[in-house]
Amino acid sequence: MAERTAESTAKPETGNSAAIAEAFADGPAYVPYLAVGDPSYEASLEYVRALDRGGADVIELGLPFSEPIAEGPTIQGALVRSLDGGMTPDRFFAFAEELDVDAPLVCMTYYNLIYQYGSGEARSASEATGDTASGGPRRFVERAAAAGIQGLVVPDLPAEEADPLREACDEFGLDLVFIVAPTTVGDRLDRIMGRVSGYVYVQARLGTTGARDDVSEQTTESLDRLAEYDVPKAVGFGISAGEHAERIVAGGADGIIVGSALVDIVAGGVEEDLPTDEVADRLEALSRELKEGAERGHAARVGAAESR
Amino acid sequence: MSETESSTSEVGELSRRPGRERGREDGKFGRYGGQYVPEALMPAIEELTDAYERYVLENEDGFMDELRERLADFGGRPIPLQRADRLSERYDTDVYLKREDLLHGGAHKLNNALGQVLLAKYMGKERIIAETGAGQHGTATAMAAAHLDMPCEIYMGERDINRQRPNVFRMKLNGSEVNPVTAGRGTLKEAISETMRDWATTVENTHYVIGSIVGPHPFPVMVRDFQAVISEEARAQTIEKTGALPTDVVACAGGGSNTMGTFAAFVDDEEVALHAVEAGGSTLEVDEEAGVAPNSASLFTGEEGVLHGARTKLLQDSDGQIMESHSISSGLDYAGVGPELAYLVDEGRVNPVAVDDDVALEGFHRLSRTEGIIPALETAHAFGFLEEHHEELGERVVVNVSGRGDKDLDAAIEETDKRDIDEAPDMSMFTGGI
Repeated sequence: MAERTAESTAKPETGNSAAIAEAFADGPAYVPYLAVGDPSYEASLEYVRALDRGGADVIELGLPFSEPIAEGPTIQGALVRSLDGGMTPDRFFAFAEELDVDAPLVCMTYYNLIYQYGSGEARSASEATGDTASGGPRRFVERAAAAGIQGLVVPDLPAEEADPLREACDEFGLDLVFIVAPTTVGDRLDRIMGRVSGYVYVQARLGTTGARDDVSEQTTESLDRLAEYDVPKAVGFGISAGEHAERIVAGGADGIIVGSALVDIVAGGVEEDLPTDEVADRLEALSRELKEGAERGHAARVGAAESR
Repeated sequence: MSETESSTSEVGELSRRPGRERGREDGKFGRYGGQYVPEALMPAIEELTDAYERYVLENEDGFMDELRERLADFGGRPIPLQRADRLSERYDTDVYLKREDLLHGGAHKLNNALGQVLLAKYMGKERIIAETGAGQHGTATAMAAAHLDMPCEIYMGERDINRQRPNVFRMKLNGSEVNPVTAGRGTLKEAISETMRDWATTVENTHYVIGSIVGPHPFPVMVRDFQAVISEEARAQTIEKTGALPTDVVACAGGGSNTMGTFAAFVDDEEVALHAVEAGGSTLEVDEEAGVAPNSASLFTGEEGVLHGARTKLLQDSDGQIMESHSISSGLDYAGVGPELAYLVDEGRVNPVAVDDDVALEGFHRLSRTEGIIPALETAHAFGFLEEHHEELGERVVVNVSGRGDKDLDAAIEETDKRDIDEAPDMSMFTGGI
């Protein structure tokens, strides 16, 4: 890999966002996910603040797309609730601007929304000038940067199609996070790792997102395969409790990504018609449990390394 | 084109066929196509691409020979090209019908389903999954899976299950499981998303039989190549019957598998005009606020975007959210279209036309009454086009009868009862179902 240098020092330059690099620099990063606008704009502001209070190091904010092919039923349900509540890319950016949290924000969405952003205005402008409308990711990234977003995850964008988005991210100082599956090996892995920045999202198992209660062997194998790359490795898919977080970090992960287990709490709140602050308290409590689990795992790993 | 020019001894000779082979290399049709899928699916896509190249393109292990034999014995190919005498008289031009409605199962769908299920078998896969909207692709896949002794599960939107009960029953009779999809709005696009999710979990032993020329590479080229048998036969049959190529070829277009199958062998014949007839629904106007397009005319009115693994033309709102499409025929009811058709329309090679629900239904009655063929409501759009545009067509027109209309009788009765259609029978005593 041409991008990597022989000497990887204590503080490798792995991305564009200093805040994301910092989040992974000392100790394991807890990276929670929620769909913005689930079930309403106001409630979801409180929920994201609760994640921050619970110790989030990076927060992934889901911008809902109508056809989320990489999500399991839990997160798909959240995205449908958010869309039904009127969420749009512009409201999403307003949300990010209004948020007053410490953790850096990463936007998780699907490529069509990035590609289409601002295309309506571009089309009328191009009709006026006679030029062709230059659809493409640049406008979205520029707007995201202005809203304080520091990175993007796009689950339906493979490395092969990602160069225009990669360039736009570099131009505006955003990180572009890629997902690595248990089945990603060889040339594909190199191609992805040559384009990733910020952190790499290690998919713990095959399938779509969803909380499960065991830790897959595929996770350990994936982490071993990625050991030679400098980028921080955050493991996601199926983490729902403090002990999973502990085992995964003890097994070599630099961070944990948790989505469905948190979305389940929001969904439960909708079903049981709970007050917003009660749901927020539950989110904060699970966040603490996960963060503490991750820290225990990290301590065990550091301890094992030191006693060697 | 005059008769004398085309009826020389060189008719039908093709030295180069770049159009017929378009996209095989890299899955790109100009700016369209590609592989926009979750990373977990990429190895399966690469494995499938390799199998497509070896078995389909290079006939490894005699794959294509076996497929042709099965399409003949199980499917009933070759399918006749029939002169439509009354329509020819009505429009004062020679109208020929490619009778895909006579293929086993009553629609063109088996060409692709049998090809893909057989391919899965050659690849050593143990399980078949597929999505279906109206149920046509689901029933074809279920037939092919039963024929080739493969376990099969079909994903179908809950709303579609309720609209298409006989097809659900057919799939079950053939031994397939039918999984209702309740997510989202419970129609075809949700069923596709759900099938992709299943595949992401089970790629190692499962093949996903996509029903149209949509999705990530290699699906658009592979499905086209399986459906191309329609135009390969039709091209030879037209030359045999008339000594010349057709002047015009007409097919209805939803996702586009019968369309591209009907066009593929003619794409390199530049003198042959190709007309893709889309569902104009009730109107081409969209309701941006409600996220609804009361039509399925993505070639005619759609904008470029990325859906279900490919860059193509889509019905979407200004944010890029996919719209709910609508058509009187559930088989055309899809917000996207195959990337190859999007490309051919931009290039000016394919003429996209929208025909609305009313005109399609009139076409349904006209073909039934005058030619003794009850077409699928999808197919009826092509005959609506013929009525509205016959003056713009040349002297030899080939229309693909993509499917028969038995499945649509309830819908046809209900929709006819709402309208005042010339010479349509009074079926009011049957409204509510036969």
